[in-house]
Amino acid sequence: MNAPAVVSKACAVNPLKMSQPLGAALAFLGIDNAMPVFHGSQGCTAFGLVLFVRHFRESIPLQTTAMNEVTTILGGGENIEKALLNIHKRAKPSFIGIASTGLTETKGDDVMGDLRRITSAHPELDMPIVYVSTPDYKGAFQDGWAKAVTAIVESLASPLATIAGQVTILPGCHMTPGDITELCEIVADFGLKAIVLPDLSRSLDGHIPDDFTPTSLGGTTRPEIARIGASQATIAIGEQMRPAADALTAKTGVPAKIFDTLTGLAAADDFFSYLSTLSGRPVPEKYRRQRNQLVDAMLDAHFFFGGKRIAIGAEPDLLWALGAWLKDMGCTLTALVSTTESPVLARFAGEGACIGDLEDLEGQAHDCDLLITHSHGRQAAARLGIPFLRMGLPVFDRLGEAHRVIVGYRGTRNLVFEIGNIFLANDHEPQPDGEACAGVCHPHHSTSEA
Amino acid sequence: MDSLANTVQEVFDEPACAKNQVKTAKERKKGCTQALQPGAAAGGCAFDGAKIALSPITDVAHLVHGPIACEGNSWDNRGAKSSGPLLYRTGFTTDINETDVVFGGEKRLFRALKEIIAKYDPPAVFVYQTCVTALIGDDIEALCKAASAKLGKPIIPVNAPGFVGSKNLGNKLAGEALLEYVIGTQEPEYTTPYDINIIGEYNLAGELWQVKPLLAELGIRVLSCLSGDARYREVASAHRARAAMMVCSKAMINVARKMEERYGIPFFEGSFYGLSDMSEALREIARLLVSRGAQPDLLGRTEALVAREEARAWARLAEYRPRLQGKRVLLITGGVKSWSVVAALQEMGIEIVGTSVKKSTKEDKERIKKIMGDEAHMIEDMTPREMYKLLKDARADIMLSGGRSQFVALKARVPWLDINQERHHAYAGYDGMVALVREIDKALFNPIWAQVRRSAPWDMEAVS
Repeated sequence: MNAPAVVSKACAVNPLKMSQPLGAALAFLGIDNAMPVFHGSQGCTAFGLVLFVRHFRESIPLQTTAMNEVTTILGGGENIEKALLNIHKRAKPSFIGIASTGLTETKGDDVMGDLRRITSAHPELDMPIVYVSTPDYKGAFQDGWAKAVTAIVESLASPLATIAGQVTILPGCHMTPGDITELCEIVADFGLKAIVLPDLSRSLDGHIPDDFTPTSLGGTTRPEIARIGASQATIAIGEQMRPAADALTAKTGVPAKIFDTLTGLAAADDFFSYLSTLSGRPVPEKYRRQRNQLVDAMLDAHFFFGGKRIAIGAEPDLLWALGAWLKDMGCTLTALVSTTESPVLARFAGEGACIGDLEDLEGQAHDCDLLITHSHGRQAAARLGIPFLRMGLPVFDRLGEAHRVIVGYRGTRNLVFEIGNIFLANDHEPQPDGEACAGVCHPHHSTSEA
Repeated sequence: MDSLANTVQEVFDEPACAKNQVKTAKERKKGCTQALQPGAAAGGCAFDGAKIALSPITDVAHLVHGPIACEGNSWDNRGAKSSGPLLYRTGFTTDINETDVVFGGEKRLFRALKEIIAKYDPPAVFVYQTCVTALIGDDIEALCKAASAKLGKPIIPVNAPGFVGSKNLGNKLAGEALLEYVIGTQEPEYTTPYDINIIGEYNLAGELWQVKPLLAELGIRVLSCLSGDARYREVASAHRARAAMMVCSKAMINVARKMEERYGIPFFEGSFYGLSDMSEALREIARLLVSRGAQPDLLGRTEALVAREEARAWARLAEYRPRLQGKRVLLITGGVKSWSVVAALQEMGIEIVGTSVKKSTKEDKERIKKIMGDEAHMIEDMTPREMYKLLKDARADIMLSGGRSQFVALKARVPWLDINQERHHAYAGYDGMVALVREIDKALFNPIWAQVRRSAPWDMEAVS
């Protein structure tokens, strides 16, 4: 496998990447009644919190061990203890997830040792407390998510007698709450019962709880986590989830199937065939119809996709899902920038995929027909004067990102129409001199920041 | 680290700080940051505060020396507006990796500075220290000095790693960096007796632009704003102003006080929020300038402008008064806004059911007491759960707060309005007050409230 190119420069300009602890926190937020904690300076938490609040437009439970200069040097065990006791007293979570940060990793705190001491001294801390090591100076958001899920599996899963029809779904962090809901509905239509870990579709799907809740508003419950060892199969979505799926197999013997993407006709076909085999049921009529509609949408839309030049900045698994599908729609992938190492990047070696930042993306995207990245790409898109589709995280200047669905036949059909409409809206008008007018002079331009 | 420890101690010792004035020498030494409670803390760190205070300087590069978290998780997240350069909105970070943590990040930092200057040629670069690079011993002060000499540009170290304290301390450390390395290093093209500095105003949502035209009409020039819509050159020549106004009471008091000490620039603390406070600020600016040699007719011209603007604002507010009279507001903010907005809302007949004073100084609290008649409505510290209950019990009609607590109100199906840094509307000055009242009116009278509070039909059947 070829390692992806990493742009060689000392200064990242307009970061695409976010740090590992954030990904871990989001994974913990998919557990019911959970409180994620960063073991670091309080600023680490404040930044993460603001970022998630702006993306999801929801309250975000996220706490800190509030390390300062002195406690960092002396070791953070006491702060972890205080934090756990305070959180237990104030929020009564039934799950606590702790992620380390660059600060405490540089010092080298022995958090596992601290936790053993703390939990034996305080029997009242009887909820599962899962720790994950996520230094800010290594990897990216996606890695933090994957490591957190692996840590949950390793500390809480155990082998059990198989419950027929129960499956475990391990979604990657690129899946929205809407994607997960869609997936659960599909799986249920095959008569299967899914346990999703972590399940953002019940915590960050934007709903109103009956009362004030200081912890996550829903998610995978403790009894559900306890039962994942009894699943008939594990379905992992995204290459990032392979280590978690493997860990689950090693721990429980449940066989795992990894789908690197669920977007696109072929990817969806694979998924539905698998479910059909797994459940022993034919693909329901509803999905045969949806497949048919997707094929029709592709026929209607291919005129506008063919030959379009696309720039994408995204974490590896989202980059793969979007890039592979756009290529299948006849687009040319002109610029691909990602955040962290992943086997999927090697598959884009021909397209020159690299690990870099939005400056690298902008530099390669000047003649593209579409730029796809998170909201931080808005400045680049405006400078380039090309259409801009916000995808990934954070999307803080558009509504409803949690409900975007791009998986399965229906999700792919949505995406065909959404992106096809962007191409249509920005199509070059014929000019009397025979030259098509460049995008910049078109009145219906979707690049504005507003 | 020693020099940083000294600076922190000096900032804690700030004699002009109202909170400090009532403390003993020993208490002052302990510092003014409230001890952060692990598991119950919520605020930003010193780095956050330093970045907030300086990032509105629009034409420089702001380079964060640290792991990706510090810049990658936070950049481009505030609404400080620029009338020109946009470089301040570009995120620069050394994004240090594991090797840097082991061997030190100074070489990467130097190369990063070279790259930035080669590619973007800014008038200066601000380098922000962070926890990890401080812990591994990267000496950004020495490095910036060497790089400055080598690259021929001002390169300003901002030594406020997150773990030294709160956001507020970071504001002050940012101020120290300006005092140490920037202010007084350049001369303005010309000066007038009508030059002022505005300190602690960040031009969020373009609020400075609601004030500047009024000052311009009086012939007053904002020589330097620290740091809203500022250019490096303006900040560097701020020492030639005749008077200064300090806007955000706790943020950069050390800058105001030391500029008075070093350059003889008198300052006052004021606010652009609320009609009477806005008028008072204009009068005070005029008074200070006249005391320093401006023509005395400025006073009369200021009075005339104040009278005209207040009358105009009241005329525009009149239509809202009958609609807003008796509405109850819960105000969760801090510092200056806890009283300046109170006064303004009371002028509209709005009842304040509570205002938070967690971030307010003793002086702020005195003012609230004066304005509201008693202490009953001062909220020292309110948990989100208590806020939720208050709103759910319909003891307030609307909550005004910062973005992070908005969902406490919205999930209780109660109107909410953003009055902190992420707001999209500018509420400063006379026009700003009208805008605030208009936004409150819009929020309160939106027809969705009746709809979203309706139970689902099946739930109603269950009740009847």
